[in-house]
Amino acid sequence: MAHLELKNITVRFGGLYALSELSFAIHTGEILGLIGPNGAGKTTIFNVLTGVYKPTEGDVIFEGESILGKKPHKIFSRGVARTFQNIRLFSKMTALENTMVAMHCRSTKGVMGALLRTNSQKAEEAYIKEKALEALKFMGVIQFADTVASNLPYGSQRRLEIARALASEPKVLLLDEPAAGMNPSESSELMKDIARISERGIDVLLVEHDMKVVMGVCNRIVCVEHGIKIAEGSPQEIQNNPKVIEAYLGQPAATHD
Amino acid sequence: MIQEFKKIWKQYAITMLWLLGLLWPLLGIHPDGTLSFKQTVNVWSYIFAGTFICFIFYIINKSGNFEFFTKPVVNTSQKLGDIVQAMPSWIWKSALLIGAIIYPILTGRYPTDVVINVLLYICLGLGLYVVVGLAGMLDLGHIAFYGVGAYTYAILNVQYGIGFWVCFPLAGLTACIAGCIVGYPTLRMRGDYLAIVTLGFGEIVRIILNNWMSLTNGPNGILGVKTIGILRPVMENGLTFEIFWVKKLEYFYYFALALAILTIIAVTRINFSRIGRALEAIREDETAAELMGVNTFYYKLLAYAMGAVFAGFAGALFAARMKFVSPESFTFLESVMVLSMVVLGGMSSIPGIILGVIALIVLPEVFRELESYRMLVFGLTMIIMMLFRPSGLIAAKRKKMMETKS
Ligand SMILES: Nc1ncnc2c1ncn2[C@@H]1O[C@H](COP(=O)(O)OP(=O)(O)OP(=O)(O)O)[C@@H](O)[C@H]1O
Ligand SMILES: [Mg+2]
Repeated sequence: MAHLELKNITVRFGGLYALSELSFAIHTGEILGLIGPNGAGKTTIFNVLTGVYKPTEGDVIFEGESILGKKPHKIFSRGVARTFQNIRLFSKMTALENTMVAMHCRSTKGVMGALLRTNSQKAEEAYIKEKALEALKFMGVIQFADTVASNLPYGSQRRLEIARALASEPKVLLLDEPAAGMNPSESSELMKDIARISERGIDVLLVEHDMKVVMGVCNRIVCVEHGIKIAEGSPQEIQNNPKVIEAYLGQPAATHD
Repeated sequence: MIQEFKKIWKQYAITMLWLLGLLWPLLGIHPDGTLSFKQTVNVWSYIFAGTFICFIFYIINKSGNFEFFTKPVVNTSQKLGDIVQAMPSWIWKSALLIGAIIYPILTGRYPTDVVINVLLYICLGLGLYVVVGLAGMLDLGHIAFYGVGAYTYAILNVQYGIGFWVCFPLAGLTACIAGCIVGYPTLRMRGDYLAIVTLGFGEIVRIILNNWMSLTNGPNGILGVKTIGILRPVMENGLTFEIFWVKKLEYFYYFALALAILTIIAVTRINFSRIGRALEAIREDETAAELMGVNTFYYKLLAYAMGAVFAGFAGALFAARMKFVSPESFTFLESVMVLSMVVLGGMSSIPGIILGVIALIVLPEVFRELESYRMLVFGLTMIIMMLFRPSGLIAAKRKKMMETKS
């Protein structure tokens, strides 16, 4: 069964078609790569999946149900978590607090609980903290738990973003260029982490420009250009697909003016 | 030495000349059209002499000739800070509490009155802290909720004869409803737009209070608001109760103190709960917070309503103390005052805001002699603060959660 599926999605910004008639699905248990040149519409796809943009046309199906038009926080609590292309941590909060925020949708205590500090509220806080620490440990940034997010080294900030997304135990994780700005050893470390996330039973959609990472870790790859899907298949198929090569290396010299 | 600081000297000279140019139109041009220079030069030379001495000290300090003096001072202050840090918090907390309890006994009527003011503004400031400091929404009309609370008590008491203890929660409730009514349509806006809308709302409330003659008695205000009454057991022919009116200022002080302490506890607890974290996440990055599962609209509304409730409670107490309310007490300037307290104290630290309130209420009282220059001094201190301590008197400290792990 398709877990998360885009059906004929069109997104228009004024006259610009950021996505047109795009369809693909993230299947259960897979790591799906999403590649395409700059401005192809990859981040726009993320924004459609997480409810930031409402597509002009088309439908988004998650676990057999349409999530079109749902508020982003609702979609998140259903189990679709993401990271951002430009790191968007809560910069003045500590790493632990950042991660604890993501547990918000998995906890329920309101104002009265907080004011009275009831036992059940304390227990819930402890549970939130435990889950957050678990996620930090999983991503190897536990040593920064009490560090303010903006003071973390760049690579660790990227990892913290993933930890934050993982804390609530999502079903699908969308990673937007997680290896951007990382050095080769960091990005090969990240590849292993993505594989570990997948082993936890979380489906992954990975946008990445680093072909070594994409080819190394993905089961299947979708390639988009100008908002249109131009190829879909295994890493081998994508590597040898003439359309993909053209999209990345430019068109044959004859058509240049 | 003078060579090294040539640039600074030049800037200083220019500043002093500029000041002279600025002073003359203020002091030298008289209403009857005559011009004079004497007074300007007099005032200017005082300022010049004062700043010159400060400036010399500054330069000597910069060039390191004061180290024999500053070093030990810095060291000891650091040591003192460490000692305070090491002390368990209940020691200084209970010391503060005891100090607060015996304060009205030790001092007179006027100092007690000033501190009641401080306590009411602490409630207002902490309410605003939830909105501005935690959720990051600039609110320029916060005083309106203070007004709503005060008028709720005044109207219910004077027109319907309802006592304080019934009206007190109602004042919080009406302020909360007012907060929701304003917040619901406006909180979709962000930043500057929200600031303008809240400013408008503050003015609307004041104008309504001013013009709705039949309900609020307009600019004349409502007179004869009763103070707090408590039931006191009396042991005459069995146990009976009589109403005891809290008329004495010292007694009233304890109610204000209790409300302030409850507000501090409540705001602290909210701050360090999942609600506080959600609000801070909204302040840091609203879109990211929404995408991490925080219902941003609901929590912004909640923050706004909570801020309103604290202001409403404080308002009811204000009405009970003054025994009189009028729209005059709830002007835009008051909102600005409360906001200044929050900003001065350091936006997102509760002790900082308390210090900010004390500074902005007590200092003007201390400088009462300066009369018309009061606002000038006030402005100057704000500028100096922003230059040297842009994150407020006490900058926010993150709670270290790993150390307190059980
Ligand atoms: N909010 C918006 N308003 C107008 N145009 C937009 C908006 N968001 C994206 N676009 C446009 O949509 C197109 C796709 O952008 P998108 O950010 O999805 O590309 P991308 O594949 O993520 O590129 P990159 O590899 O640089 O991250 C671009 O032409 C972009 O300018
Ligand atoms: Mg992008």
